[in-house]
Amino acid sequence: MASPIEQFNVDKYIELEVAGVDVSFTILSMLMVLVTLALTVFFLGGTRKSQLVPSRWQLVVEMSYTFIANLVKENVGREGKSYFPFVFTLFFFILGLNLAGMIPYSFTVTSHLAFNLAIAMFVFLGVTVIGFVKHGFGYLKLFLPSGVPGWMMPLVVVIEIISYFIRPISLSVRLFANMMAGHIMMKVFAGFIISMGAAGVVGAVAAIAPFTINVLLTGLEILIAFLQAYVFAILTCIYLNDAMHPSH
Amino acid sequence: MELEAAKMIGAGLATIALAGIGAGLGNVFGSYLTGAMRNPAAADKQRPTMMLAFALVEATGLFALLIAFLILFG
Repeated sequence: MASPIEQFNVDKYIELEVAGVDVSFTILSMLMVLVTLALTVFFLGGTRKSQLVPSRWQLVVEMSYTFIANLVKENVGREGKSYFPFVFTLFFFILGLNLAGMIPYSFTVTSHLAFNLAIAMFVFLGVTVIGFVKHGFGYLKLFLPSGVPGWMMPLVVVIEIISYFIRPISLSVRLFANMMAGHIMMKVFAGFIISMGAAGVVGAVAAIAPFTINVLLTGLEILIAFLQAYVFAILTCIYLNDAMHPSH
Repeated sequence: MELEAAKMIGAGLATIALAGIGAGLGNVFGSYLTGAMRNPAAADKQRPTMMLAFALVEATGLFALLIAFLILFG
């Protein structure tokens, strides 16, 4: 039987190498292209014939717009409006990739740390640049929380600096670990069904238990797919808020 | 051989972190329920915050899993 981690193998469709760097068109690239196409069709199709009284499709598109718009408004404030397209794209790209991984025989792009770390580093560097552009060296006030007694300052500043630089790691590893653990768990329980079913009639009847658990796990995984995309978006908003208003 | 055994023990020890995660998850849902029982009108508005806290706590537990994997296969 295949091992539970075999699902994370990266298949190469078109082998390519540019200047010693492997840039093959892999299953990751293909899923990203497919998800981008699906999202484009979804959002363009929903707003193609906009009406005052929306159709069901248009309603879903409008709801997803308001959902992210509220998220940005509540967490970043009025100045965050110009970053709405970025958060919107980020949320739906990650959500699309997470959900695409739930299709049987498909592949979860977000269960690869390389992909997550690239996105998280992009957010981290972008937020840092925005902070320095907006406030100059005043951005460093982020590391000096107000209302802390003077003798505790050295300790607090060190902790704040460490927690700032650990952000891209925690952001990417959170998504990666959630997707990887969930998919391994589902494969392990699926393996139980096969091995119990092979052990005669009693085993086959008892295999109903792991099957039920697997059905419930599928539901949980879809919830986690939404939640982790939401967490990624909301943390990006919180970091953006720090860049906008560094003195807290 | 002893290194293999030590790795197994280490990966097992890494799962002790689950104690903290269990307490944390219980606290998240318990506190939400306490608040919701006292003021049901405000409960719906706080549900996204609760789910966010749930996801953050759960992710902390998965860091322990990651450490276990790193010890076993790293």
